[in-house]
Amino acid sequence: MSISIENMTKSFGGTAVLRGIDLTVESGELVALLGPSGSGKTTLLKIIAGLEWPNSGGLQVNGQDWLGLAAQARRIGFVFQHYALFPHMTVRDNIAFGLTVRPRAERPGKAVIAAKVDELLHFLQIGHLGERYPAQLSGGQRQRVALGRALAIEPTVLLLDEPFGALDAAVRRDLRAWLRRVHEETGSTTIFVTHDQEEAFELADRVVVMGEGKIEQIGNADQIHDHPASPFVARFMGATVELPVMLHAGRAEASGLDASRLPRRALPDGAATLFLRPADITPIADPSGRWEVSRCTSNGAILRLELSDGSQTIPVDLPRRAPEAKGLEQGTRVLLRPEAAAIFPGPRAAQMQAQPIEFPRKEKSL
Amino acid sequence: MSVTALSHAPGQSRAVPRLLIALAFGLTAIFVIAPLAFIFWRAFAEGWGTYVANIADPMTLHAIGLTSLVAVIVVPLNVAFGLAAAWAIARFRFPGRKLLMTMIEIPFSISPIIAGICYLLLYGRQGLLGPWLAAHDLKIMFALPGIILVTMFVTAPFVAREVLPLMQAQGSEQEEAAVTLGARGWQVFSRVTLPNIRWALLYGAVLATARAVGEFGGVSVVSGAIRGQTNTLPLQIELMFNDLNTTGAFAAASTLTVIALVVLIVKAALESRR
Repeated sequence: MSISIENMTKSFGGTAVLRGIDLTVESGELVALLGPSGSGKTTLLKIIAGLEWPNSGGLQVNGQDWLGLAAQARRIGFVFQHYALFPHMTVRDNIAFGLTVRPRAERPGKAVIAAKVDELLHFLQIGHLGERYPAQLSGGQRQRVALGRALAIEPTVLLLDEPFGALDAAVRRDLRAWLRRVHEETGSTTIFVTHDQEEAFELADRVVVMGEGKIEQIGNADQIHDHPASPFVARFMGATVELPVMLHAGRAEASGLDASRLPRRALPDGAATLFLRPADITPIADPSGRWEVSRCTSNGAILRLELSDGSQTIPVDLPRRAPEAKGLEQGTRVLLRPEAAAIFPGPRAAQMQAQPIEFPRKEKSL
Repeated sequence: MSVTALSHAPGQSRAVPRLLIALAFGLTAIFVIAPLAFIFWRAFAEGWGTYVANIADPMTLHAIGLTSLVAVIVVPLNVAFGLAAAWAIARFRFPGRKLLMTMIEIPFSISPIIAGICYLLLYGRQGLLGPWLAAHDLKIMFALPGIILVTMFVTAPFVAREVLPLMQAQGSEQEEAAVTLGARGWQVFSRVTLPNIRWALLYGAVLATARAVGEFGGVSVVSGAIRGQTNTLPLQIELMFNDLNTTGAFAAASTLTVIALVVLIVKAALESRR
């Protein structure tokens, strides 16, 4: 089932939550909507499910207009962040729910429903839990039941809201691989919402990065990591250090900055901003350097430095055994040598609508 | 080294908690147990025969019947109203929502007698709607409809107050899940919403029943206390008491007390299920 969303907008009260979303999801694709809270990703998911309605825009699934269709008629499988299992029903009854509420004429017989539930319990590896109630299950088991309940109606589209948000790290990793398998075996078109980059990149075919009601970038992990399309994506992907620079002949220049590792870019001369990850900055000891180490802590493998130039303090991470780390201590003066960076024209204040220009990321020995 | 079992912090006296517990029991005995015991003692003071005769008094029987009728009409109406109000407030955002929440609580803070007088001024013969009601031969005051109206007023908040916090705490995700699975409105309500709130709903209904049966102040204004016609059980008790028929009054009171005790037991049972 291919999904096509056109110019969709939605506001709650006076607050715009979606500001013109265009997105196409191919049949059988697994897509992640990635963004911080408030980016509108869950609202978009709920609109696809029919639990919210947009102010304007189009939603077509396999060419059929879904905005004219009630949620009940869409046959979607929706998995809620907190599972929303029915606490007064056993696992079996929870999974069977979608089949038992069908109009009498379409409702499968009791034996057929029981067989379907058995099949799902087995498929989801929770065969022994059928008679339990949700309160008697662990988080990971509840997640499986929630997915089983959604899969029972053989959904056209599977939608998951922060599917692993409420689980601890080890369970999360297990379930991720397992969900990927479920997706491949059922062949359904799947969209899930997450704020966890690792989760999005590991699981999805394509990742849609959302910020403040807009799609900022669509791509895979490497594309988004190395070539952020906007300052928003750069920041979201961890480039938290922003340095004001001047561009001359395509090269970034600033006092105390050694930009020799960054390739030249075809950009007009003038003010620009460099976006850097703390781990992509190498401090080079230099007695006349503009930056001074104001703090230095170690976790054994990584040195975390705070560098200050009097007006700005930035974090820098480097491997403790790297040659550059030798002799660094509080008070050492250094130059900054970025190994990879994104650069967007304009001073920092103007960075919200900047055009994308990227630098290839250089590998750094860790 | 010796090991001492400590159930309280060293140096802290056990006298204070013991004193407080004794005080609590003592006050309960004086203010609750003693009067209740006294009711039954007085009701049976002249033996079983008199007791049964007192209860079987046609006027008392009629009062018991009327009070039961009022409860049977009022409680289901208030369950419906409470559910509808709680549903609307918990699930939707609309102008006047906060106001509605406050309005539902008004009967808690207003003396029932004021409600009675308001109804009298509105629906009574000299009241605002009096002439219109008289012209259409509708009798509300000093008749069953008036008693029901006032009883509905005083019991209105119970169900909504019990159900609303639960519905707010649970949110609407389960209902949304049911909708995505294909359930229609009625199926969502009967198979997901209702089972989740059933104990709170029943608890509210039990409290409303107790209040409906025991209501005195508001009803005394609007019923006119016509014996054998509009006299509810609490009013009948007062009349008998004023007639110096104390044994009769206590016998009638004992039936009301039994109802209250049954309600209390049901309430305790429900509380443990919630």
